[in-house]
Amino acid sequence: MSDTAKAGPEPSERTAIGITFGNSNSSIAYLVDDKAEVIANEDGDRQIPTILSYVDGEEYYGQQAKNFLVRNPNNTVAYFRDFLGKEFKSIDPTHNHASAHPQESGDSVSFTLVDKAPEAAEEEGEEPKQAAPSALSVSEIATRYLRRLVGSASDYLGKKVTSAVVSVPTNFNDKQKAALIAAAAAADLEILQVISEPVAAVLSYDARPEAKIQDKIVVVADLGGTRSDVAVVASRGGMYTILATVHDYEFAGFALDKVLMDHFAKEFMKKNSGASDPRENPRSLAKLKLESESTKRALSLGTNASFSVESLADGIDFASTVNRLRYETIARSVFEGINRLVESALKKAGLDVLDVDEVVLSGGTSHTPRIAANFTYMFPQNTRILAPSTDVTAINPSELGARGAALQASLIQDYEAEDIDQSTHAAVTTVPHVANAIGVISTNEAGEEVFVPIVQPDTAVPARRTVHLSAPNGGDLLVKVVEGNTHIKVTKPEPKTKENGDSKAAKVEDADDSDEDDSDFSDEEEEEKREKVWKIGATLAEAAVKGVKKGGKVEVSITVNTDLSVIVTAREVGAKGGVRGTLASA
Amino acid sequence: MEATVIPLPLPALPEGWAAETNFKAIGKITKEGATQRTLEPVGPYFLAHARRARHKRTFSEDDRIQAQERAKKVEDNDDSEISEPEDAMMLQRDAKDWKSQDHYKVLGISKYRHKATEEQIKRAHRKKVLKHHPDKKAAAGRADDDNFFKCIQKATEVLLDPVKRRQFDSVDEEADVEPPTKKQLVKGNFYKLWSHVFKSEARFSKTHPVPSFGDDKSTKEDVENFYNFWYNFDSWRSFEYLDEDVPDDNENRDQKRHMERKNANARKKKKAEDNARLRKLLDDCSAGDDRIKRFRQEANAAKNKKRLEREAAEKQAAEEARLKKEAEEKAAKEAEDKAKNDRESAKKAKEAAKNAVKKNKRVLRGSVKDANYFAAGDASAATIDAVLNDVELIQGKIDPDEIAALAGKLNGLKVADEIMGVWKGEVDRLVAAGKLKEGEAKALGA
Repeated sequence: MSDTAKAGPEPSERTAIGITFGNSNSSIAYLVDDKAEVIANEDGDRQIPTILSYVDGEEYYGQQAKNFLVRNPNNTVAYFRDFLGKEFKSIDPTHNHASAHPQESGDSVSFTLVDKAPEAAEEEGEEPKQAAPSALSVSEIATRYLRRLVGSASDYLGKKVTSAVVSVPTNFNDKQKAALIAAAAAADLEILQVISEPVAAVLSYDARPEAKIQDKIVVVADLGGTRSDVAVVASRGGMYTILATVHDYEFAGFALDKVLMDHFAKEFMKKNSGASDPRENPRSLAKLKLESESTKRALSLGTNASFSVESLADGIDFASTVNRLRYETIARSVFEGINRLVESALKKAGLDVLDVDEVVLSGGTSHTPRIAANFTYMFPQNTRILAPSTDVTAINPSELGARGAALQASLIQDYEAEDIDQSTHAAVTTVPHVANAIGVISTNEAGEEVFVPIVQPDTAVPARRTVHLSAPNGGDLLVKVVEGNTHIKVTKPEPKTKENGDSKAAKVEDADDSDEDDSDFSDEEEEEKREKVWKIGATLAEAAVKGVKKGGKVEVSITVNTDLSVIVTAREVGAKGGVRGTLASA
Repeated sequence: MEATVIPLPLPALPEGWAAETNFKAIGKITKEGATQRTLEPVGPYFLAHARRARHKRTFSEDDRIQAQERAKKVEDNDDSEISEPEDAMMLQRDAKDWKSQDHYKVLGISKYRHKATEEQIKRAHRKKVLKHHPDKKAAAGRADDDNFFKCIQKATEVLLDPVKRRQFDSVDEEADVEPPTKKQLVKGNFYKLWSHVFKSEARFSKTHPVPSFGDDKSTKEDVENFYNFWYNFDSWRSFEYLDEDVPDDNENRDQKRHMERKNANARKKKKAEDNARLRKLLDDCSAGDDRIKRFRQEANAAKNKKRLEREAAEKQAAEEARLKKEAEEKAAKEAEDKAKNDRESAKKAKEAAKNAVKKNKRVLRGSVKDANYFAAGDASAATIDAVLNDVELIQGKIDPDEIAALAGKLNGLKVADEIMGVWKGEVDRLVAAGKLKEGEAKALGA
């Protein structure tokens, strides 16, 4: 490890990968032929558990280390990512209960592990002496883990990986990021950039060749093993602005595991009267947890899953099955909690579900079909829910972060480190965003004036947008540039519109496949019709486009500059000239 | 972003709407209408934004610059494409005969030759392998057709080994540039033609940079530097590549050593020949190099300046002397001629005067004869004698002019008295002048 600022490799010599460094699982991805591919490690895992385990001085990581949680919990470190760059008093050690326990050491956190091989026996027949345990700081653990990750990537690619873009949660503070970068540097890995997970997820979707760059509001629900993060992202012309984030440490994957663990523990005790509670014994608990997790995964794919553990407690084997319906019933409070998270994120952003164009489900827990199904009821029909169970084209939610990071890595790997710094500097990233939409007035079939948004609210400036409007009658036309705003129009349905409610209820039943029709939000929706309408605001400018051909088109282009001055150009498509005018900055 | 197509129509222009440029600015975005937010520094569009922000470019400027950069990239890619047509004869080559094969041509990089980078060689090799791999031939139904593939492998082996590559480059005649012939030099640019030759020779130089040949504007220093460099050329060229095969040690040691010696001698000889060749090349070049001539002339001109000046002065002096002499001679001759003429004319005049005197004397004598010697009737011989003596006397006392004047006076006079009078007058005048004594010439003056 070098304390001095080590100069990164030359841009031309870089091999850059994308890394999602998760609390539960990590992934590595690389860009092959403009397509991000998540790399499998030696064990064939694409989601590599963020766990290190030491057995007789041998280091194990990933799934192998995870299996040691049962037999070797004290020398196994798990869930350490969130401790990076944090003081002992501000960490939550709940999840480390079944593995090595975090300890205070100075202003950081450490783990005490036996990571060395036992000393050779001095005499024949004598037991080998156990090596002395050593205190490893969390950054040392992270360094060792990253080294293994990078080693896997290097083996897979056949060349030394030198650099990476890492995705982390949005609430990672600067100290945590710095600790992460230092830990990576110690593992000979140059961190080109630390990006936030929700944006990485949106980027992986936007980088698909069929994706069209448009102005949209995306809700990213990043549902992980130990935490859930929801972010509302304004995607404006391919530039992303996070409008609001919500973090939660309750409604996450472990909560679902817990539900299954309790379920099977009770069943075990019911079946074996007199047997002790497997949750009381650490080893049984570890077994129970490991198997519950795989059962949960099986339930994301199939409607039935088996659960079987040898010698769960008191030497008694246990085997059982559970169907998805049962699982969804017992885990309902968790699912509802996740729904509330999304709602609170939207509320924080000052938006309505009707404003949302896309919901991206990310993280391992997003495989759960119920969560995606719940979102389809929560959001209007034209909102895309990007989850494996609702959209066949959806990308594996566990891979979104790594893919996004790999895409970003490939974009910036040709830049000098200094260039990257300057481009991500606050002076470049902090820009004004227009609060109101800017658009033009058009007329609908009924002859009413309607607002046609050109520049959406929350668009970063400078921005340039162009629209083509039709001119069926031709002649002289008025381009009236106005500000606009949305509001949610709620109309109480007439008693006649029972049909609408019926179909909704039927659909809920179909999807639910349950006799308990209890989705409270869908009940509300039955009662009233909510729609998003544009309200015309202050007039900014008027322009005339004269002599337009019948059936022609008028191109209106609005450029908002950094100083909030506006340039409006309007011309007939295919014709010369046109009108151009500037509005002074505010 | 692409333009979004909105199917809604625009309203018609209301009656009476007028603005100078068809545009009316009415409002502006309110300050409250903007929120400072942080963009996520992620994705291609953000990078574009950052680029614009950092270079303070507008959208259209950035579009243009990006388009240019893209165009440049395409060009680079084209450049990296290595494709040369493959000669049918080359494809038939036997890999065993690798010593005589042109490795660069086999890999299709014959336009680069010794300039080809390792990267280019590797890429060329890869490309050729993809095309000529025996498995691909087998798939096309030609099993065991790995001849050219072996050639490719051999070429790559040679060219990717720096030592072997130098050995091959040493004898790579395809890279040589023949010195220009006299015919070419007459037509072409001397400096251009020769600089190609030296550029090609420079590939063997151990020291870099190699001075350039320059052109007719090169300074003396540069030219001298160039020739010094080349006359002391330090070449890495060697001729191992042309060695004959050395038999194995275990066969016959003497034979082996003999071959080794032979090879060493052959190398030495070839090296010496090469040095001689280069020297001749330089001699030929410098012999035709006008710059050297010019510099020599300039140097000589400076040295001989004094001598030339002196010589010129001498020459001028001699010339002047000659001219002077000529002038003098001419003058002398002219003077002589004149003197001669004068003499002749004087002689003539004398004779004329003599004649005139004779004639006048005849007139004088005639006049006294006409006057019948101042005697009445026939004059006696004495009288005639006396008169004629007097005439003779007077004639002797006066000069020819006076004789002429007297003759003039007497001429035409027939009357004896008048003649007498003239004579008397003459005698009186002579007496008065003291030339004649009283009593003399009494026959005339009496």
